[in-house]
Amino acid sequence: MKKEIFEPFNVSDNNFEQCVKCTICTVYCPVLEVNPDYPGPKQSGPDGERLRLKDASFYDEALKLCLNCKRCEVACPHGVKIGDIIQLARIKYSKKKPKVRDMILANTDIVGTMASTFAPIVNPIVALKPVRRIMDSVLKIDHHRIFPKYAGLRFESWYRRYAEKKQNDFKKHVSYFHGCYVNYNFPQLGKDLIKIMNACGYGVHLLEKEKCCGVALISNGLIKQATKQALHNVEAFKKSIVDKNMPVISTSSTCIFTIRDEYPHLLGIKNDEIRDESELATRFLYRLIDSGKLKLVFKKNYKKRIAYHTPCHMEKLGWSIYSTSLLRMIPGVDFMALESLCCGIAGTYGFKKENYETSQGVGKPLFEQIESSKADFVATDCETCKWQIEMSTSLKVQHPISILAEALDVEATMKLWNA
Amino acid sequence: MNKNNSKEYDVIIIGGGVTGAGTARDCAMRGLSVLLVERHDFATGATGRNHGLLHSGARYAVTDPESASECIKENMTLRRIANHCVEENNGLFVTLPEDDLAFQSQFVDACKTAGIGTEILDPDFARRLEPSVNPNLKGAVKVPDGSVDPFRLTMSNMLDAKIHGAELLTQHEVTDVICEQNRAIGVELFNHAKNEKVKYYAKIIVNAGGIWGHHIASLAGININMFPAKGSLLIFGHRVNKMVLNRCRKPANADILVPGDTICLIGTTSERVPYDQIDNMFVSQADVDVLIREGVKLSPSLATTRILRAYAGVRPLVAADNDPTGRNISRGIVLLDHQERDGLSGFITITGGKLMTYRLMAEEATNLVCKKLAVDKQCETAEKALPGSEKSDLSLDNATDKIYSGMSIAQKSAKDRHGTLAKNIAVGDSNDDSLVCECEGVSIGEVKYAIKELHVNNLIDLRRRTRVGMGTCQGELCACRAAGLLCESLEEPGEAKDDLANFLQERWKGMSPIAWGDTINEVQFTSWIYEGIYGLKPDNN
Repeated sequence: MKKEIFEPFNVSDNNFEQCVKCTICTVYCPVLEVNPDYPGPKQSGPDGERLRLKDASFYDEALKLCLNCKRCEVACPHGVKIGDIIQLARIKYSKKKPKVRDMILANTDIVGTMASTFAPIVNPIVALKPVRRIMDSVLKIDHHRIFPKYAGLRFESWYRRYAEKKQNDFKKHVSYFHGCYVNYNFPQLGKDLIKIMNACGYGVHLLEKEKCCGVALISNGLIKQATKQALHNVEAFKKSIVDKNMPVISTSSTCIFTIRDEYPHLLGIKNDEIRDESELATRFLYRLIDSGKLKLVFKKNYKKRIAYHTPCHMEKLGWSIYSTSLLRMIPGVDFMALESLCCGIAGTYGFKKENYETSQGVGKPLFEQIESSKADFVATDCETCKWQIEMSTSLKVQHPISILAEALDVEATMKLWNA
Repeated sequence: MNKNNSKEYDVIIIGGGVTGAGTARDCAMRGLSVLLVERHDFATGATGRNHGLLHSGARYAVTDPESASECIKENMTLRRIANHCVEENNGLFVTLPEDDLAFQSQFVDACKTAGIGTEILDPDFARRLEPSVNPNLKGAVKVPDGSVDPFRLTMSNMLDAKIHGAELLTQHEVTDVICEQNRAIGVELFNHAKNEKVKYYAKIIVNAGGIWGHHIASLAGININMFPAKGSLLIFGHRVNKMVLNRCRKPANADILVPGDTICLIGTTSERVPYDQIDNMFVSQADVDVLIREGVKLSPSLATTRILRAYAGVRPLVAADNDPTGRNISRGIVLLDHQERDGLSGFITITGGKLMTYRLMAEEATNLVCKKLAVDKQCETAEKALPGSEKSDLSLDNATDKIYSGMSIAQKSAKDRHGTLAKNIAVGDSNDDSLVCECEGVSIGEVKYAIKELHVNNLIDLRRRTRVGMGTCQGELCACRAAGLLCESLEEPGEAKDDLANFLQERWKGMSPIAWGDTINEVQFTSWIYEGIYGLKPDNN
C-alpha cells in the first residue's frame, strides 16, 4: 500500500495567514512603545502583507523603523514569521535607494579593512567632536554615537602570525567564524576564544576567506551584495563542516543568527547542510560539558558580580541559556539576569540620526536596570549591544567568552584535556 | 398602527439591489420623483452574492453572443462611470491539459464577433504575467476582464439617486401591491425598524426584486416563472492572483478565480433550488469540495491558502413566457410590461440580466417608465460618472493627496473604497485616524462618515459600506469597536448588544462550512473574547 504523506495544509509563506490577530506581538514590540509613527508588527507584518498583495503602494516607508529584533516572532503563539515578513516587504517594495551613509555603515567589511589599516589616524579622528558633528550633518550619523575603535593589527593577521601553526597539534578541531567585529575592532575576543578552545583540546581554524555575514547589508537594503557574500560563506562553511567534519563556532550571536536563519528566510539561500553544525561557542562548550565530554577548571580567586543582558537575536535563537549557564559555573560569580529587553541599537539602526531618539527610548528601561544592578560589569553575546550599553550606562560590557577566558585556570584545564 | 402617505410619487422602485439602485438613479436623473423600498439593506440579494467579476463578456462569447456584446459595452461604460468600484485587472482564459485546445480558436473568433479584444499568449509568457496560474497550462488568452465591487457600485448609484432627489427606504418590506381596478397604485410596506405598516402611492411601480420579484409580482396577482439557481463561492484570505483566471472551455463549475479588493474568490457551482428555499441559502460540503477541487486546477496555490468564508447566492433566472417548463432559460435582460402581458397597468418588472448589465437594465426599465409617463428625456447614466468616480481633471490625484498629509493605510484604503468621496472623511486627528478594522484599514473617521452619510442601520450594513469585519479576523477585533461607535450615534445599548450578536452570528454562518485549520482557531479565539470575556450569548437576539 502506498504510504500516505500528510503535508501541512493551508500554510502560506512565512505563515502569514496563521496570524489570528491576537496582537501579542504588538505588546512585545519595543519600537511601538516609544515611537507611535511605527505601525507595529501586526499591522506592518501579516495585516500589511495582505494589503500589499492587493496593491504594492500600500507599502509604508515607516517599516524602516522596525529594529528586526524578532521579539514579535518569539512572542507569536502561531509561529508567524512577522519580522521576516517585514524585512521581505522592505526588500521587495522599498523604492528608496540606500544612502551613502547606509553603504558606509553596511559595508563593515570594506570599511573595516580600510579603517584598521589606518587605525592610529582613524580612531582619534572619528572620536573628535567636530568630526562627529560633520558626520551628523553630512552623513546623518548621529553625533552622540562613538564609532568602535579599529584595531591596528587585524585578528586574521594576528592569527596567521602567532596562532595558526600551533592549531594542528590538537586532536580535535573546529572552525571559527570571527565576524567583522573581532577582526577589525576587538581581536582580543578571538584570542580569548582560542585560549579556551586550546585548553579544552581543540585546534581552532579559520574558514577559507570568510566574508561579513551581511546582516547590515540586508537591513540597509543592499540585497545583491548580501546574497553574494552569503553564497560565499555557505560554501566556506560547507568546506569545513561537510568536507573536513569540523563544526563552525562563532562568538557573535547576530552573525550566527543571520547565517542560520536570515540566509534561508530573507535571501532564499539553502543552508540545510551546515545549519546544525553552525553555532555559538558558548553553546558548543556547554553541550560538551553537559554530555560529560568536557570539564572546565576555574581560578579560585575570580570574584565578580555580573549582570547578563539577553540580546534580541539570542532571545530568538533561544540560546542565552548556554551563555548564562557557563557563567554560573564560575565559582566566584555573583550572577544576575537582566530582564530580556531590547537595548535599542539594532546594529546600524541606532547609528542613524533619524533613529537616535527611538533607539535610546527603546533602551531606557534596560539602562535603568543596569544602573541599579550594582554589577561590576555587564555580560552579553552581541557586539552592538555592547556599544550601546557602554555608551548609555556607566558600566563596561564583556563577552561571556572573555569572562570565561579570564576566570579559566588554563593549565589545569589543559592538563585534563590535552593528555 | 397604520400610516398613509398622501404624497404620490412618479415611481416606486421595489428592491435595493444594483438593478433597483440603477433604476432609481436613472429615473431621478430624468427628473422623476422616486421612492425606492428595500426589505433589508442595499445589495443583500444576488447583487452582493456573486463573484464581483467585471465580465468582459468572453465567458458568454461562444454560448450566448448577445449577453457577450452587452457585457463588453457595459464593461467599458463602468470603467468610465464607476472607476472607483472597478479594478482593471484583465483576465486570462487558460487551457489546461484536460481541456481541448481547439476550443481556443472558436473562443477567440466568438470574442471578435462580440467586440471583445483578445490576445493569445504564449504559455510561458502567461506564467510570467500571472505566476499563480497552473504551470501546466497549454494556452492562454488575455481579455479585458476586471473586478467590480457590487456593494460600492450599488451604494454609489443610491447616492446619485439621492443627489437627484430620490428617497430611499431600507428595512421596508413590501406586504402588498395596492391595486385599483386594473391599475397598481401603491405599495403597502412593513417597517421592520418600527414594526408598523405604511402605504405609499405612485403612478408606476417597478418590480426590481430579483428572484424575490416572483413573490412581489404574485402580490399583484401576476405570475412570473422564475427558476432559482443557487451558486456557491469560496473566499480566500488574501489575493493569490492579480488577473482574473477563467477556464477556456464552455462555462462549468468553479472555473473563475477573481481577485477582489484584499481577497480572491473561486466560484461558482450551479444548482436548481425550490423557490421556497431562496431565503435559506447554505453551502454544502459537496459544494465546498467541488470548489476546492476545481479551483486548485486553475491555481495550485489555492490548496495551501486559507479559506475565509463560503457563501451562496441565487441567480434570478426567468423562463420564457412560452416555455413554462423552464428549459429555455435566458440569462439575458427580461423587461415585462404587465399592462401588455397581464392587463395590469402601472406595474412593470425588470429582472434576469446580471450585475454587469444592471445599468442597461435600468435604462430599459426607465425608458418604459418615461414612455408611460410621457416624459421625454434621454438617458444619461452611461455618460455621467457616479459619485466617487468624478474626474474633475488630471490633478485629481494631486487634489486628494493634498488632503492626505501622508497616505496611511486607512487613508489609502478609504480612497480605494470611496473614490473622491473619501475627502468627506475626517482625517488628521489621531482619534479619527485610529483603526476600527485592522485587517481592512477602516478608520474611526470612515465609520463615522458611513453612519452619517451611507444609510447605515446596523453593523451588517456598516460592513457592506466599509468592509468592517471582512478581513481575516472576521470581526474578532473590529466588531466591538464598531458596535461602540454605532451605539454612540444610533442605537440604544440593549439594541447594540443584539446587533453585535447578529453580526457575529452572520460572520460565523459564512465560516461554518469551511471551519477547519486556522479558521476554526480564529473562530475559537473570537468566541473566547465575545462569549468568554464580554458575556455575549449566541441567543442574545
